Amino acid sequence: MEINGSRMIIEALIAEGVTKVFGYPGGAIMNVYDEIYKQDGFEHILARHEQAAIHAAEGFSKVTGEVGVAMITSGPGFTNAVTGLADAYMDSIPLVVISGQVPMSLIGTDAFQEIDAVGISRSCTKHNYLVTDAKDLPRVLKEAFYIARSGRPGPVHIDVPKDVSAQIAEFDYSLPIELETYKPNTRGNARQIKKAMDAIAGSSRPLLYLGGGIMNANATEEARELAKTMGIPAVETFMARGTMGHENPLLISMLGMHGSYAANMAMSETDLVIALGARFDDRVTGKLSEFAKNAGVIHVDIDPASISKLVNANYPIVGDVKSVMEEMIILAKDKIDSERYAPWLETVAHFDELHPLSYKDDSDRLKPQWCIERLGELLGDDANISTDVGQHQMWAAQFYPFRRARQFISSGGLGTMGFGFPAAMGVKAADPERVSVNITGDGSILMNIQELMTCVENKLPVINLILNNNYLGMVRQWQTLFYDKRHSSTPLEMQPDFKMLAESFGGIGYVVETKEEFDAAIKDAVEKNVVAMIDVKTHRLENVMPMVPAGGSLFNMMLESKD
Amino acid sequence: MEASERRVLSVIVINEASVLSRITDLFSGRGYNIESLTVAPIPDSKYSRLTIATSGSVRVIEQITKQLHKLIPIYKVIEHADLVEKEMALIKFPITESLSDIDALCGAYNGRIVNVGENVIIAMVADEPCRVGHFLESIKRFNPKEIVRSGAVALER
Ligand SMILES: Cc1cc2nc3c(=O)[nH]c(=O)nc-3n(C[C@H](O)[C@H](O)[C@H](O)COP(=O)(O)OP(=O)(O)OC[C@H]3O[C@@H](n4cnc5c(N)ncnc54)[C@H](O)[C@@H]3O)c2cc1C
Ligand SMILES: Cc1ncc(C[n+]2csc(CCOP(=O)(O)OP(=O)(O)O)c2C)c(N)n1
Repeated sequence: MEINGSRMIIEALIAEGVTKVFGYPGGAIMNVYDEIYKQDGFEHILARHEQAAIHAAEGFSKVTGEVGVAMITSGPGFTNAVTGLADAYMDSIPLVVISGQVPMSLIGTDAFQEIDAVGISRSCTKHNYLVTDAKDLPRVLKEAFYIARSGRPGPVHIDVPKDVSAQIAEFDYSLPIELETYKPNTRGNARQIKKAMDAIAGSSRPLLYLGGGIMNANATEEARELAKTMGIPAVETFMARGTMGHENPLLISMLGMHGSYAANMAMSETDLVIALGARFDDRVTGKLSEFAKNAGVIHVDIDPASISKLVNANYPIVGDVKSVMEEMIILAKDKIDSERYAPWLETVAHFDELHPLSYKDDSDRLKPQWCIERLGELLGDDANISTDVGQHQMWAAQFYPFRRARQFISSGGLGTMGFGFPAAMGVKAADPERVSVNITGDGSILMNIQELMTCVENKLPVINLILNNNYLGMVRQWQTLFYDKRHSSTPLEMQPDFKMLAESFGGIGYVVETKEEFDAAIKDAVEKNVVAMIDVKTHRLENVMPMVPAGGSLFNMMLESKD
Repeated sequence: MEASERRVLSVIVINEASVLSRITDLFSGRGYNIESLTVAPIPDSKYSRLTIATSGSVRVIEQITKQLHKLIPIYKVIEHADLVEKEMALIKFPITESLSDIDALCGAYNGRIVNVGENVIIAMVADEPCRVGHFLESIKRFNPKEIVRSGAVALER
């Protein structure tokens, strides 16, 4: 059929099964918004800032595993969205982001709201397109969705000039994708997998190092079964929280800069690292030359460039971690004697007894760690937990009892303050049955506060739990520890009244100073079912511990929190 | 620090508007080094061939290859081990310099004089990049006014 470029975008989104689009209109994308007005195949949710629209699409994608979609205008609309693209790129989140562009005839003339959008997005997207003819749109849209979700997922950006979105051309979405230069490998090499299993059988202190790739691959069940079949303990990265399940006896904890003593010691003492969809990030490894120093490395990753990038892999396996683990499980059944690692499990248990993750509770003022633990007791598996960035984020990763895949939504790679609230909004739009909580700080929450309006308007009752320490806490912590307590620009003495702020938008607010008030506020917010701000006055100078100072070795942890 | 070595890569890409900037952005964004880069369409195909001379440790070269391969419009990355490599240079000399001396020298480097005008002589050579380098050293005494090097092209043996 012959339709205009804007209509093609609508038809393609519907054909891809898109149900929710987050966006913000403007001059260059108006043709598309006109077609959005005329259709009812998907819902468009108007965010109140383009950055938030992208984060909402990320939240939506993280919870569903589907491609998140966002729509923005040219110039400032696009530049506002760049942080979101970069965030999705770092955390391998599949998105299709469509931006308007000035008409073709004006490109290159410094036209009103013109910016070289594909030039800017090139380094923070998996791929991007500037569409110069509407006849290319069906192919580009179809490729974009395919590229975003296949292989190592990531954001794809499509820039559409205003005359192209008005141009009429043939639309046929049934044509097959022909991308002869892009063929991600999903099946791991069988011989290599066998060799890796032999290495495991011959090792005495093997350690599963589970990463976010397992979430991407929807492979938490396989990870649990693999660990159980082999009787091998596991550490999770920040991005993999929830993989093993909180009570799993084989789960040690999170490793890395704010990982547990036991997890970091296990990584330092292991003789064989089994990396599954993890990318040896510097927050995880600490000083590279000391990282798992005496260990061989098996590395399973769908992106060949992740393998041997930072740590040399003795057994590189390029493939989808789900299918590779399926094969490993079959082989493990006759190759691996799970009793073999019992002494190693004892060693690990001993590490954990020596220095378990802990904090000192206080009767005067709420401890942030207590708040997270309590939230876990109150909401457990029924909540999806998003976070902003800072101390509260690390405590959430350490103390919330994650038991499900895709339960924890947080900005790991880019560490984007302002991510949490809009992400939690997208999460709520995707999974309305579950409570959507954004654990945040008094700094981060103000970075996308305008989304209160979006939540009220679209009945997206996100609960913002502000662990309010009147500081940019994470930066304050570094200043305390490494800058001789010079708290430069980190005290947040000036604050809005968060309760009234929420109420002024039509939401609900709470001020919490005691444990009783905490419980009451959470229960009430869940019942009220409207966007909420719970302002929890917490201990001001609490530090996130343990801590591996940047560039230090994993086994050299600070364990004690001193103010 | 791991030892750094020179490498020549051939990169086969789909001919499309932004492909070259994708590649140069990748090199600058990740801090890789480009010694030279040449590009031209492959006859009777929709592909172009880039020849990139670069340097880095074994690990860096491996990452460059993998990261290039990750770019969607890139079809193939060939890391040459055994190759024939050539580069061309054009040199402009003042007309006052000795034509025959320059011609003889060019001859030793697969070159010749290609143009003699009112004020200048233009010569060309085509040889291995390091030999082109030697040639450019040895012609200094003829006071070259302008030099242009093409960058390396290479084929696997
Ligand atoms: C303040 C702060 C502190 C932090 N501290 C820590 C810390 O202490 N510990 C910690 O762990 N992190 C920490 N992080 C997060 C850290 O920055 C990284 O985001 C995180 O460690 C990366 O996790 P990952 O290795 O699981 O990789 P991800 O970013 O989740 O990458 C996934 C990997 O899996 C691969 N993959 C994707 N899909 C598949 C598939 N289907 N099959 C196979 N492979 C696939 C990808 O190619 C990639 O290599 C911190 C972040 C912040 C902001
Ligand atoms: C957009 C952005 N700007 C700056 C930073 C640097 N930064 C990391 S954590 C942090 C403090 C966050 O403070 P808050 O949200 O109050 O959380 P807390 O650490 O107190 O829990 C800052 C400024 C960042 N990660 N993101």
